[in-house]
Amino acid sequence: MSYTIDENGYYGSYGGAYIPEMLYRNISQLQDNYLKIINSDAFQKEYKQLLADYAGRPSPLYHARRLSDKYGGKIYLKREDLNHTGSHKINNTIGQILVAKHMNKKRIIAETGAGQHGVATATVSALMGLECVVYMGALDVKRQAPNVARMKMLGAKVITAHSGSQTLKDATNEAIRDWINNPEDTYYLIGSVVGPHPYPDMVARFQSIISEEMQQQLMEKEGAPDPDRILACIGGGSNAAGAFYHYLDNKKVQLLAAEGAGKGITSGESAATSILGSDGIIHGSKTLLMQTSDGQITEPYSLSAGLDYPGIGPLHAHLIKEKRLHVYPITDIEALEAAMELTTLEGIIPALESAHALAILPKLEIRKDEILVINLSGRGEKDMDAYQKYFTYLKKHPKDELEKSFLFVP
Amino acid sequence: MKKITQILEGKNLLSIFLTAGFPTVERTIEILTEIEDYGVDFVELGMPFSDPLADGETIQQSSAVAIRNGMTLATYFEVMKIVRKKTDLPVVYMGYLNQILQFGVEQFCRKCNEVNIECLIIPDLPLEVYEREFKTIFEKHELLISFLVTPTTSDERILKIEELTTGFMYVVSSSSITGRRGKITKKQRAHYEKIKAMKLNKPTMIGFGIHDKKSYELACQYANGAIIGSEFIRYVAKENAAYFLTTLKA
Repeated sequence: MSYTIDENGYYGSYGGAYIPEMLYRNISQLQDNYLKIINSDAFQKEYKQLLADYAGRPSPLYHARRLSDKYGGKIYLKREDLNHTGSHKINNTIGQILVAKHMNKKRIIAETGAGQHGVATATVSALMGLECVVYMGALDVKRQAPNVARMKMLGAKVITAHSGSQTLKDATNEAIRDWINNPEDTYYLIGSVVGPHPYPDMVARFQSIISEEMQQQLMEKEGAPDPDRILACIGGGSNAAGAFYHYLDNKKVQLLAAEGAGKGITSGESAATSILGSDGIIHGSKTLLMQTSDGQITEPYSLSAGLDYPGIGPLHAHLIKEKRLHVYPITDIEALEAAMELTTLEGIIPALESAHALAILPKLEIRKDEILVINLSGRGEKDMDAYQKYFTYLKKHPKDELEKSFLFVP
Repeated sequence: MKKITQILEGKNLLSIFLTAGFPTVERTIEILTEIEDYGVDFVELGMPFSDPLADGETIQQSSAVAIRNGMTLATYFEVMKIVRKKTDLPVVYMGYLNQILQFGVEQFCRKCNEVNIECLIIPDLPLEVYEREFKTIFEKHELLISFLVTPTTSDERILKIEELTTGFMYVVSSSSITGRRGKITKKQRAHYEKIKAMKLNKPTMIGFGIHDKKSYELACQYANGAIIGSEFIRYVAKENAAYFLTTLKA
């Protein structure tokens, strides 16, 4: 079984490029050239240099002792939260901005959910002196306000998407429409392993630095490159794709992912695509998505803006189908508790997205000699509003009431 | 009754796009029943989609209303069944691929045959995927297909589109989503001229941004006719659709 794309951009039956003719020229130019561009020595040299000196890579692989004591095994955190801009997103935006420059594009557009990709895109656009426009759903603009302020300071124009559920899906629709309207000078810098081919493959390649480093770091610390399990959260799935990438063919390493179950998978307010999704087309890609029996895309819900997406990257859909990847639905509450716990035990405030990956731990039976790596994809400053509301609520209400009530949710 | 292929041999064709189920299912049936009297040669009946990537606000909003009104593909074909009792008006199906996949391609084709829909426009079904996965089944059911041609489509690709087109070539007037309203620019005119000069062997219809008599008539000089979508829907919303149609051929 292969976990790489075929010549038409499919992972098994998922992927491809289901795009209107208006996007054909731009997408096919990218399809024909991206590998040539990113595999060139000059590109690799500049990319690796920026990752090191600008983004601060390699990101540490931290042995979380107190967390390990609690759950057993040896738990490592891959500290993507320590990257410049505060998440793994910078790995991809540095790569793609260099592709855009190579293709002589003058204007950068992007979609963002939690704002992490928007900030990372605004950052590299500033670095390269390129115009930047970021689309963000109206709900996300509200719940991730610190990131909106950062994007603006970085010189990006933030355009609010008011359609649909006013979240990542809708921001992506608007970015695609912008690209249709501006086919000449504009580069669409997609933030996850979603969208038409070649984006899922290109973004996965740029994020693969995560597992490349993990192999080296585990070699140094444990004398062997392979952990027993890798845990990551999945919205579209770019940090998971990066954390899994070099281990995909290595069946000894178990791959686990967390998706946003919102208020619970049967609540009607969830983004648990692996359970609630079926095969279909979203944002130019054939993949698993949440939809009605009539093929209308369902409005998702997760407290975490980065996981609030009704689809999943085609690579992950393929991994799920092939049973290579096991996905855990994690509710808002479980994620909030996991965020509190990491903060208390290790002094690290994680992003709400990453907290979903941490929340897998209580669901596992962990052997004493086991090595786990959790990809800590981002830091939690942007989520302080949600976290504070959670503490306030906890103070006023006994914990057993919590499962029933979501009153504190912003 | 006239086949759509015969109609497409004509000149100065007027085609109207409307969203099925907007503003109500009943109104859609009325419009389809009456529209021929206003000089409309054929209609593109749009199946509303929650996430229409190529569409501007007008069609997005009309689609959202139609979905709220309960428009599904099953309802769409029910509407067509009722319409067929009253008129032979040629109707082209326009909709995004996902819904056809969920409905089942084979069943979709059979339903189209049942209500005499002869031609399809599926904006996010690329030429290559059509050739690989859909051509055989559409041909088996004698369903024609129309592809978009845009200002960014290369000449080589236009010729490939020409070869695979069995309905008409849908010439997108500018690099934009639907519903733009401004004057037809020099650049657009150059695009029209280029298409005309290619002397394509398939009928051509110009659409996107056609919004009044002037832009309609200009398009007709370069193609078999033109398609009006968003502007018609704006008039439908204002309960003024009949008036709008009379202004086009006045």
